[in-house]
Amino acid sequence: MTEHSITHGTFSLERTYDASRERVYAAFATAEGKAAWFEGGEGYVTLERVFDFREGGSERLTGRWESGVVSQFDARYFDIVPGERIVYGYEMRLNGTKISVSLATIEFKPAGQGTRLLLTETGAFLDGYNDAGRREHGANLLLDRVGRSLSRELAGA
Amino acid sequence: MPAAAAPLDRVFQALSDPARRTMLERLTRGPASVSELARPLAMSLPAVVQHLAVLEASGLVATAKHGRVRTCQLQSGSLQRAEQWINDRRLAWERRLDRLGDYLARQTPQDDEGSPS
Repeated sequence: MTEHSITHGTFSLERTYDASRERVYAAFATAEGKAAWFEGGEGYVTLERVFDFREGGSERLTGRWESGVVSQFDARYFDIVPGERIVYGYEMRLNGTKISVSLATIEFKPAGQGTRLLLTETGAFLDGYNDAGRREHGANLLLDRVGRSLSRELAGA
Repeated sequence: MPAAAAPLDRVFQALSDPARRTMLERLTRGPASVSELARPLAMSLPAVVQHLAVLEASGLVATAKHGRVRTCQLQSGSLQRAEQWINDRRLAWERRLDRLGDYLARQTPQDDEGSPS
């Protein structure tokens, strides 16, 4: 792909977990906790994991998906308030091609006995990210999905 | 700025209106004139033209004038970019946060005290 372009995007997700802030935060702040869930899921093979959780520290996760695509996540932690928030920037590569550069913020808020997690990502999405092997989606399905995402976006705003 | 590079904010704004979504759905079946787009909508032609302007600014739709008829066409590039972004990031995160929930649920409550498990 020779066309160079940037698309900017922001999204937010919100989840409430039936677990204390300490526990939810530990799942982001400890190597053991993060490795338990921060990966590609079924069919994903972790190739490399570096976890240096401190301001200025780096995180890397490289892995191969079932499709054979190798993704590499390289992050740098900019701001950490234990138990309250984490701010990091990261770049994402697919098969060695840089596809996006993003800023992520994660906030942990008390919600009764549990914890409300707020995740917001803002990214610069590079060159249209023409990944190989993706199924062609019908335009209607496309509209449907974007519409659903939008309703979530508006509901969360 | 080329229409295909319109920021996602504008795409989302364009998709936030039911009339505009109806217009887009019609365009997924092929190009249409402004009056064809207006037909199923209970609104005046000028209102339809305003909605069309929002869709055009978002890069979702391109229009071209042939004689006296303005023809509208879906620009799939913006939709694909929006869809890719949403799918690849939001859904990846949805799945991760599900796994985080499973992980937290598997832990014993004593872990709350910070004691080694």
